[in-house]
Amino acid sequence: MIETIIEMIQHSFIQRAILVGSLVSLCAALLGVSLVLKRYSMIGDGLSHVGFAILTIATALGFTTPLYIAIPGVIITAIILLKVGDNKKIKSDSAIALISSSALAIGVAITSLTTGMNTDVCNFMFGSILAMSESDVVLSVIVSIIVAILFIIYYRKLFIITFDEDFAKASGLKVKKYTNIIAILTAVIIVVGMRMMGTLLISSIIIFPALTSMRIFKTFKKVVISSAIISIVCFLLGIYLSYIFNISTGAMIVLVNLVLFIIFTIIDKILHD
Amino acid sequence: MQTIIDIKDLSFSYPSKKDVLKKINIKVEKGKFTCIVGENGSGKSTLLKCIVGLNKGYTGQISIDEKVGYLPQKTEIQTNFPASIEEVVLSGTISNNINSIFYKKDDKEKASRIMKELGIYDIRKKSFIDLSGGQQQRVLIARAMCATEKTIILDEPTNGLDPKVAKQIYEMLDKLKKEKNLSILMVSHDIDRALKYTDKVIEIENGEIKYNGDTNNYLTGGDIK
Repeated sequence: MIETIIEMIQHSFIQRAILVGSLVSLCAALLGVSLVLKRYSMIGDGLSHVGFAILTIATALGFTTPLYIAIPGVIITAIILLKVGDNKKIKSDSAIALISSSALAIGVAITSLTTGMNTDVCNFMFGSILAMSESDVVLSVIVSIIVAILFIIYYRKLFIITFDEDFAKASGLKVKKYTNIIAILTAVIIVVGMRMMGTLLISSIIIFPALTSMRIFKTFKKVVISSAIISIVCFLLGIYLSYIFNISTGAMIVLVNLVLFIIFTIIDKILHD
Repeated sequence: MQTIIDIKDLSFSYPSKKDVLKKINIKVEKGKFTCIVGENGSGKSTLLKCIVGLNKGYTGQISIDEKVGYLPQKTEIQTNFPASIEEVVLSGTISNNINSIFYKKDDKEKASRIMKELGIYDIRKKSFIDLSGGQQQRVLIARAMCATEKTIILDEPTNGLDPKVAKQIYEMLDKLKKEKNLSILMVSHDIDRALKYTDKVIEIENGEIKYNGDTNNYLTGGDIK
């Protein structure tokens, strides 16, 4: 096993993937705790599909750095989606489903008209660790570090807002501002993560660590710490297994997360019986 | 008589519902336990939300002598939210140091002291989800008191609790009022039980004040405005 790992990390594309993937997974998991508790689990799915649509449009128009165009587009979508949550007439889950499937359809339609369903499109859909360019790596690292720092700075406020929005407002917190910050950070992490995880799988690294942690841990701090550890462990294990069995990295990471979720669920059952 | 909340000509409309509150004038007295009663949709909770600053865009004036601690109605999210009692109570101190990144030592000491006073200090590491409804309300009252120990505002604190537990909550509030001179403003449906402990009653009907005065007079039916 150690030999395989040493062989693996000789490849520069794997070094890049490990660096970016660990950071992105960590940030996704941190944001995920708040999103899952706020019942916004599906937001990652919606945003990644919008990201996919924008990437295909940008590529079709000949932009060489589609990631930079996708980020602002997805940020705007995220803010709109979290706003809709306040609107009682449209339920946010249906709004997400609507945007999600429409965006995917637009993306697929555009690719059909332009390049056709080639490997690039497949990589967008299911992710590829080979797809990361140098500039993508730099962007991902910077963004991830910013997200992690902001999470620590706003940790206390995030807890209060997630637990009880009315109390937070009455205490003088600007709830809208922080909701927008979460939306923006989520959007950015999704765009930088979707190259590796794929449009269809990125939302899993947001929700799985939080859900898995909540099986066993019942305080906010423990859930946050556990989610952070789980996200990185699952990512590293996923990339290792994908290398050995030659399975798509994104899919393997999701499967490792799923297995861990099942294990935690069983432990929880045993502890409580 | 010292006033802690003074409301003058307060009117409020939601975009979907007009005139939920119509020219309300009330004064809430210091050191008293005041209960706002009224039918569903009469405007009780709306009034509280105006006072604590959740409803913006009202007309009229609300002057509050000092900061208030607030206990909103329970939300669905809280029913399976992973949080320890300590985390919840401590979060009540946020308004004291809104811009600092971490809790200060004073905040932690205050939270510990209040938890001791309300008898939840020994279970502070326990999870909020594992508590009974009555204990959860006790925790949320402690959180409100972390903001201030002068005035607390509660929105239906005994909703969904069985009568015995509701009584314990009222007794605890009554004790806090007497021992700490805490002013309490509460909205409640539970007239029969709650009014045994309150000093003042404000009754709202269709957004207007129907009664505002001593509980005793209210119960005997005299002195109706």
